[in-house]
Amino acid sequence: MKVRVLAFARVRELLGSAREVELPAGSTAAALWDELAKTCTGLPALAKSTRIARNGHVVNRAEILHEGDEIALLPPAGGG
Amino acid sequence: MFAVVSEPIDVAAIAREVRTDACGAVVTFAGVVRERSDDDRPVTGLSYEAHENMAAEEFERIAAEARERFGSCAISVVHRIGDLAVGDVSVAVAVAAPHRSAAFAACEYAIHELKRRAPIWKKEHYTRGDSEWKTNPDRANSP
Repeated sequence: MKVRVLAFARVRELLGSAREVELPAGSTAAALWDELAKTCTGLPALAKSTRIARNGHVVNRAEILHEGDEIALLPPAGGG
Repeated sequence: MFAVVSEPIDVAAIAREVRTDACGAVVTFAGVVRERSDDDRPVTGLSYEAHENMAAEEFERIAAEARERFGSCAISVVHRIGDLAVGDVSVAVAVAAPHRSAAFAACEYAIHELKRRAPIWKKEHYTRGDSEWKTNPDRANSP
């Protein structure tokens, strides 16, 4: 299955703002993170501070992803 | 109005939009780019980015909470993204309520929660050419 990954701020600087990622069906958010970390050495250091949103809602790492999901990687916010 | 925009923010227009004849108070808050960082380095500007849909939805939730707590009549929240210079308005909150105490309280609540919760990021650029992502100290996802 394919999911669309959006990244912001520090995480975007590492991964680019948007990309499609191919994952085995039934993969979790944690599996997606691990897949991204394989090719991005700076990413593991941001694991604890980055929240993951699936289709606009923050989820935990055990969340099962589905074909066509929009997955957003959200580092600590700094708006205002 | 709950929006993330790329154009300059017109605070007066947002204030006009929330006002109704039932409201005796209109409070506006404008967040403005400062010339110095918290640690007193000279700043040339800020770059903002946002998850635009999630941010607008968060503004709407925050406004609903504020109305529930303070009973205000109308709230608008607009945040700008892109490259901003010193003096530019980055965020505006406007609240119209029958009386001023509710309007002040709701406005304070909205900007406080926005800074804590909204998926928006800012990078501070310094005169020496370096830059830094800034996080809000009381953000909801503190590690």
